[in-house]
This record gives sequence, C-alpha cells and structure tokens, in this order.
Amino acid sequence: MAAAMPLALLVLLLLGPRGWCLAEPPRDSLREELVITPLPSGDVAATFQFRTRWDSELQREGDTDHYFLRYAVLPREVVCTENLTPWKKLLPCSSKAGLSVLLKADRLFHTSYHSQAVHIRPVCRNARCTSISWELRQTLSVVFDAFITGQGKKDWSLFRMFSRTLTEPCPLASESRVYVDITTYNQDNETLEVNPPPTTTYQDIILGTRKTYAIYDLLDTAMINKSRNLNIQLKWKRPPENEAPPVPFLHAQRYVSGYGLQKGELSTLLYNTHPYRAFPVLLLDTVPWYLRLYVHTLTITSKGKENKPSYIHYQPAQDRLQPHLLEMLIQLPANSVTKVSIQFERALLKWTEYTPDPNHGFYVSPSVLSALVPSVVAAKPVDWEESPLFNSLFPVSDGSNYFVRLYTEPLLVNLPTPDFSMPYNVICLTCTVVAVCYGSFYNLLTRTFHIEEPRTGGLAKRLANLIRRARGVPPL
Amino acid sequence: MAVAGPAATDLEVVRGKRAALFFAAVAIVLGLPLWWKTTETYRASLPYSQISGLNALQLRLMVPVTVVFTRESVPLDDQEKLPFTVVHEREIPLKYKMKIKCRFQKAYRRALDHEEEALSSGSVQEAEAMLDEPQEQAEGSLTVYMISEHSSLLPQDMMSYIGPKRTAVVRGIMHREAFNIIGRRIVQVAQAMSLTEDVLAAALADHLPEDKWSAEKRRPLKSSLGYEITFSLLNPDPKSHDVHWDIEGAVRRYVQPFLNALSAAGNFSVDSQILYYAMLGVNPRFDSASSSYYLDMHNLPHVINPVESRLGSSAASLYPVLNFLLYVPELAHSPLYIQDKDGAPVATNAFHSPRWGGIMVYNVDSKTYNASVLPVRVEVDMVRVMEVFLAQLRLLFGIAQPQVPPKCLLSGPKSEGLMTWELDRLLWARSVENLATATTTLTSLAQLLGKISNIVIKDDVASEVYRAVAAVQKSAEELASGHLASAFVASQEAVTSSERAFFDPSLLHLLYFPDDQKFAIYIPLFLPMAVPILLSLVKIFLETHKSWKKPEKTD
Repeated sequence: MAAAMPLALLVLLLLGPRGWCLAEPPRDSLREELVITPLPSGDVAATFQFRTRWDSELQREGDTDHYFLRYAVLPREVVCTENLTPWKKLLPCSSKAGLSVLLKADRLFHTSYHSQAVHIRPVCRNARCTSISWELRQTLSVVFDAFITGQGKKDWSLFRMFSRTLTEPCPLASESRVYVDITTYNQDNETLEVNPPPTTTYQDIILGTRKTYAIYDLLDTAMINKSRNLNIQLKWKRPPENEAPPVPFLHAQRYVSGYGLQKGELSTLLYNTHPYRAFPVLLLDTVPWYLRLYVHTLTITSKGKENKPSYIHYQPAQDRLQPHLLEMLIQLPANSVTKVSIQFERALLKWTEYTPDPNHGFYVSPSVLSALVPSVVAAKPVDWEESPLFNSLFPVSDGSNYFVRLYTEPLLVNLPTPDFSMPYNVICLTCTVVAVCYGSFYNLLTRTFHIEEPRTGGLAKRLANLIRRARGVPPL
Repeated sequence: MAVAGPAATDLEVVRGKRAALFFAAVAIVLGLPLWWKTTETYRASLPYSQISGLNALQLRLMVPVTVVFTRESVPLDDQEKLPFTVVHEREIPLKYKMKIKCRFQKAYRRALDHEEEALSSGSVQEAEAMLDEPQEQAEGSLTVYMISEHSSLLPQDMMSYIGPKRTAVVRGIMHREAFNIIGRRIVQVAQAMSLTEDVLAAALADHLPEDKWSAEKRRPLKSSLGYEITFSLLNPDPKSHDVHWDIEGAVRRYVQPFLNALSAAGNFSVDSQILYYAMLGVNPRFDSASSSYYLDMHNLPHVINPVESRLGSSAASLYPVLNFLLYVPELAHSPLYIQDKDGAPVATNAFHSPRWGGIMVYNVDSKTYNASVLPVRVEVDMVRVMEVFLAQLRLLFGIAQPQVPPKCLLSGPKSEGLMTWELDRLLWARSVENLATATTTLTSLAQLLGKISNIVIKDDVASEVYRAVAAVQKSAEELASGHLASAFVASQEAVTSSERAFFDPSLLHLLYFPDDQKFAIYIPLFLPMAVPILLSLVKIFLETHKSWKKPEKTD
C-alpha cells in the first residue's frame, strides 16, 4: 500500500502549508456553516460543513510511517436514513442547536443528490510543525429540487427545504454562518430578493469563478433575537433563464466495455475543457483481483495521439489478498478528451466467494482524480483560518490553480456465475449413470439365460424374407 | 444351438446365486465402509471423561499463614514446642457442584531477632516499616505476628490489627490452652484478610441458583482479561455552563495508581469524553421546601438508557466497559439531588448500576450565577468527583469493605486506595470464578458436540480444549498448594482457551446441512443399487427355505 504515499503527500503539501502560517487556534474550536447555492435549473444545493479542531498529541511519535498507510474503498453502500445518526453523533451540539437543527433525515434523504463525508487529519499548529492539532471536518451536501416541489416556482426558503428553521446558535461554536449565493443579484439588482436582507456580503473566487454570498451570522444576536427564528427565503423577481450550467474544467467518466464473460475493457474518459491550458492529473485506480488486468494493454490517448504518462506505479493483485493498484500522472492537453483504457480477464471465484445475488454483478470502486485545475480568474491565496470553510474545500494553491479531487462513478461488472445447483446435478447424474451401468452388469452376472429356438419367425424374419425375395436371394 | 441340459441350467442358477451373494458381500464389506469413511465428518477426540471429571473437581484453597511468636506472647513451655504446623480446614457451604474447601496452613515459629526488635517499637506503623524491608511475601500468603498480651504496640482495647500489606498483629495470651485460643483468633483474622463465604459467593454468583442474595452479589463485573474505563462529562446545557474538568490530571493522580495496583487482575484502558446536550431520561421533581430538584430512587434505572446511546464507548472495545458519568444538571433543574428510599438526599449525590458503571450529579455552586453572565465557567473539583468514582470502581470490581472481627484495628488505606491483601482476596475470587466459568464452558461444549454429531471438530479446537482442561487442573493444583499468582494465570488461560474453543467458527461449518438434502443426493445411487441386491437376497432366502422344507414333506 506504499503507493498511496505520493497521493497522501500531495494532500499534505496542498492542504498543510495553509494551516502553518497562523497563530494558534483556540482549543476545541467548532466552526459550522451552511452554503446555499441556487442553481439556474431551479435546484438548490445546500452544503453543511462542521469543523471541530482540538489540540491533542494523540499517538504522535515521530513522522507518519507510510508503511502503515492504507487505502480502502467500499464501492457501494445502500443509503438509508440511519446513515445520518452516527454522523450526527459526532457533532458537539448533536442536533439540538445551531445549524444541525436542520439535519432532519427524512428531508435530507428525499433529495436529488446526497453526499456525506467525514474527514479527519492532523493540522500543524506552527510553521515548523512541532505540534499538531486534529481536525474533524464533516460535510453534507444535498441538492433539493425546488422547481418540482415548488409547483414550477424556483423560490425557496429554509423551512420549505428542511421543514425547520434556525432558532439558536450552537453555544460551542466559535463561528456559525449561513452563506447564500447571490452572484446574479449583483449583476442586475432586479433579479432576486433574499429575506431577511443580509447585513454583509462576501466575495471570493470559487472554482475559478467570482461569486458573491450573502452572510447570515447566527452568533450575531440581532439576527435571531427579533423573531426567535431565522427562515431565510429567496424570491426570484425575474426567473433566470434555463441556461446550461457552466461545464467544469475537469470532469471524468468511466465505463466497462466488451462482450461475453471472458474479457472486457475498463475505460476512463478525462475531460479538460479549459480553452488554452494543459494540466496534470493524478489518477488512482484500485481494481479487485478478480478482474485480472493486462498491463500491456494499457493505452492512453488524447486527441488521437498516444499520451505517455510521466509517472506510473503499478502493484499487481494477489488473489484474495490484495487488489490491483494503478497510479498514473497524466498530462491533459487543453480542450481535449483523454481516454485511459486497460483490458482485463474475469476470474472464476470459488463458489462460496460469490455474493448472495451474484447475477447482479460485482462493484468496482471508482477511480480517484486529483488535480490542480487552473482558474480563469486569478485568486489570491487566502488566510486559511479567516476565510469560510467552503473555501478550503477546493483550496487555492498559488492563485492560478485550485485543488480538485474527483471520484468517478463505481462500475458494475458481471462475472461468470455458475449454476449453483450444479454440484447437486452432477452428483445426481453420476449416480444415475453408475446405477444404470451397475444394473445391467448385475443382470448380466446374476441372471441365467435359456436359448429357445423360435418356432415361427417373428415379424423381423418375415420382413427380411420379403426383402430377400425381392432381391432374389433364397429366404432364411 | 443345442438346448441346454437341465444339469447345465442348474449350474447357471447356482452361479447366478453366487454372483448375487458376492455382489451383496462386496456392497456390505467394501461399499458401506467406503461410503462411511468418505462422508464422515472429522472429529478429533476430546477428553470427555476429563471434562465430566472437572464438574466433580474439589477445589482446595490453601492460604499459607506464617505465625510468628515473640518472646512474651505465649507461656514458656508452649514456646518450647515451636516450630510446628497446624492445618485448619473447613468446607465452604455453597450450593455449587464443585466442593470448595478452605484450608489455613498455619506455620508457627519463633520471632527472629530483627522481628523482635521491630515489634517492640512504639507504634504499629513503625513496626510495620521495619518488618517490611527484608523480603517480599508471596501472593496469597499471610504473616501474623503474636505480641505479648500487655504490649503497647496496639491500643489497650484492641485485640488485633490488620495491616495494609499481608501482615497482621494479634495479641497473645498467657494461658494453659494458649495455642487453642490463639488458633481461633488467627483464623478469624486470616479469614477477614483472605477467604470468606461472601467473597466466593459473589464470585460464583452467576453459577449459583437464584436466591434473594444473588442480585446484590451480581454487582461486580465478570472476570475478564481486560477492562475499559470511560469517564464522560455530560453537559446538557452548554448555554449556561462552560464546564472544564482536568480529567487527564485526575486519572494520572487518582485512578492510575489504583489501576497499577490492580494490574495483576487484568489490562486496563482509560478514556474520557465530553458530551453536550446529553439529557437524563427522567424529569426531576421539584421540591419547594428546599427549592431544589430531586431524582427518586425508583426513577434511577430510567436515567441510563437515553444517555447510553450517545456514549458509544462499547463499540470500540472487546472488553467489558465501565462507564463513569459526571452529570452537570442544566440551569433549569439545578440544584439536583438524588433521594434514597426514605426521601433523604444521598450524601455523595451519586449512584451506581451493577456491571455498568456509576453516575454522579455535580451541582454548580449557586453563588457563581450571581456574579457573571451566562455561560458560567465551571471548574470541576476533581478530588470530590474522583473520591466517588474510585469508591464505585472498588465496588464494581468486587472489592467490598472487609468484615473486621470484633476488637480489631484496621490500618488506613494505602495511597493507591487498595490494600495488598484486598488484591489477594480479589485474585482468589477471580481464580475461582474463572475456574467455574471455564468448567461450565467446557461442559456445555462437550454436551453440544456429543449431541450434534455432524459438527466438525478440528485439531486446533481439540488442542484448545486439551489446553483448557490442563489449565483448569493446573490452576486447581496451584490453588491447593497456595501459589495464588500462578493459579490465577492458569485460570485465565483456562477461560481464554475454553472460550476460544467454544466460539471457534469452524464448529458451524456443516451444521446447516439438512438431512433431506443428503437423502436427495444419495437416493439416485442407493435405490437402484440396493433394490436388486435386496430382491435377489430375498429370493435366495426363500428358495433355500423352500428346499429345506421339501425334504421334510417327502418324509
């Protein structure tokens, strides 16, 4: 698993240094925020982030030993409302106060999109990294379909989305804010209206584009005290046209091709839609051992030409012990589609290794793309601790790039599946064959045979005589 | 073709009969054993007789007691008889299948010079300090010093003294029957320091038939290789209280020394957490007389459940978890007191739940509310809290207050909060409990394997069973010869091995192979083979029967 090391290093390099250039944060600090982004289609994206940081020299002896670094993927999990319960337990205010009041499972799981995460990592407390803090970051992103639930209107409010409103800040939070994306509002004053009117706004460059946010600070006593609850509403005065959302500079797609149950091909398409800049992408793939990869068939083509990766790390699988691990650094040319494909052969599993529904297929984990994506608008590196949390979701490294990690879709691959009643059938068939042979043997050996001279010929003899007569041969 | 003569036909018939008989013989002699052998489940042999023998095991717990006589403790002519050994044996009456006998082996000897000198010093503590130095005593053994009747070592009205380690001091007597009287006194003291019925009954509480006492005896945790201790601070009202506790320091200062002393009994791990908005499950009642809130005793069982779902400590550990909760009541419900049966507030404001842990309610001083705005900063007084938690920890480990014989002076506790002989007593109890558990596990395993014949018994399961049986026997032997430490280790090994054998996943492999499926597989082969053989056997039998009867008829 040492191959996961470069990736982890990349993360440390990208995320770490921001944390180093600041004064010591307060102990056990909790920051929480909710970012609401109305999408042009009428959907509303809501992203919760909770960050707890505490100072503890938790089992830290020297540097991280990369020998113990592990990478594991569970390609698919059936999601149910109970997935939220243990996640909510990690929040200091549970679901009693602050933004977490809005986390009502039956609403959150009725959305068009749901993504839930827990990140834990050490953060350096000073520039030389002599002491560290631990950061627990919990994120939850959902996309509500406001257009359909709101009878063709694209307006929304907190109460309509979550069936709750904000009542009080979490007393443990040092920051508790709601950000509403009102980027279009600034261009033309007449398009939308947020209620209550925000006291402050915040401008930043997110994913390479300039955004404006209205800020509602729950710790600001005036915000909640007036009516004991805060229900943020957005009304469109002139509904936005259904323009296609902007295409991200990096996106990817993955599929299985081929026919039959012997061979197949895994293909990953990497899109770079940036008009003039090429950038490198780190592709990490773990493939289960029962898909036996042929590494010599690995081809990477972009714009019809072969694209040689600048770095390849491949660790072959061991049956039942270890999956294939393939890691590559690929340069994506500007405005291009790069296809990474590799052929595989499907292995036969032992009959106890099949899942209870083997004909459903087996899941193959998504590949992971890590890249520094150039942005159109130059952003200055921001102060890590001062800027909102969502800003650090895609951290800016040097102003012109931001870090993105993408996961492609998991794949479903059919494996040759035996007929599980086969052992029984085989036993029955062999037994029958043995029994038939045995029966004739037994008859042959134990019966006594008498030869009786036939008095008159049978039907066969008469037929034979008829034929013989026709041929002119003397009859029998 | 010529017609076969009757002689030739007879010959054919005889040959046919022989062939049929031969088939039947081959099927029975060769086929059946082959089928039996190839479809047999592997069952390693187990020591069934030894396992059933374990149930009738007689446990002899020997406590070696060294009795040291100083010069004026007994009459001179009695002193002449020293040294010699007296054995005091007694059966402990428990309704348990194992017979448990307790045996005090008292080795009487005269005091050495330095012991004389130490025991003639001014106070018991001084004497003890001087006696301690020379040698460490083995686990489980006791030393009793006999001092003269009028010695000033003890206060005049006290007859005996129990020290913090494995020593005791008893006054002697100038009497004709000195040894008899002294013997009784020594046994009294030695029992208080080592084995009593209560201790063993508590240890065997799970194995004894239900009676009115057993509920209370089931308070201590079951014996295990390790224990996990979790301290949780519950702050249901973080808007009003900003509670801080120095749990790391408190654990280091108060809990760790206690656990170090207990380390012979198992591994311990300690962790702590702070939970906000964690409510108790019961609404406290308001008492207008004292303008305070109270929890009734009969309400206490309902307090734990809603809190437990948030503790989450048992998810990460294989060992049993002990929870200690410090509850700071919300502002609207404070001060909060726990009332006992009679309605009087409990002095410690705490309670414990058997085999689960303890809860203490920590009221914030009402004066702090006047001075400052909310939230109020609360510094928890860890000494007060840890006093309660340590007392509960002792109870949950089954270290009860000793029953001191009359006129006996008990020394103050050591700094660790645990006297050495208390630890010994715990080890005695745990050894007996472990042996009982291991025996029960082995017996039920043997019963199970005997009852269900298609369980595969692999060699490693069998070797675990053998190891467990050997360890039980070794532990019993070591107990009988008074080696407590090695007996305890062996008993732990017995429990581990027996549980490992019992819970081995390989025992389940073929358990769900139902009989009807087996029949469905065998019938296509067995039916066509067996029917001709049986038919021809019947035919042969009938013919021979007829040919025997024929001659009789002709007569």
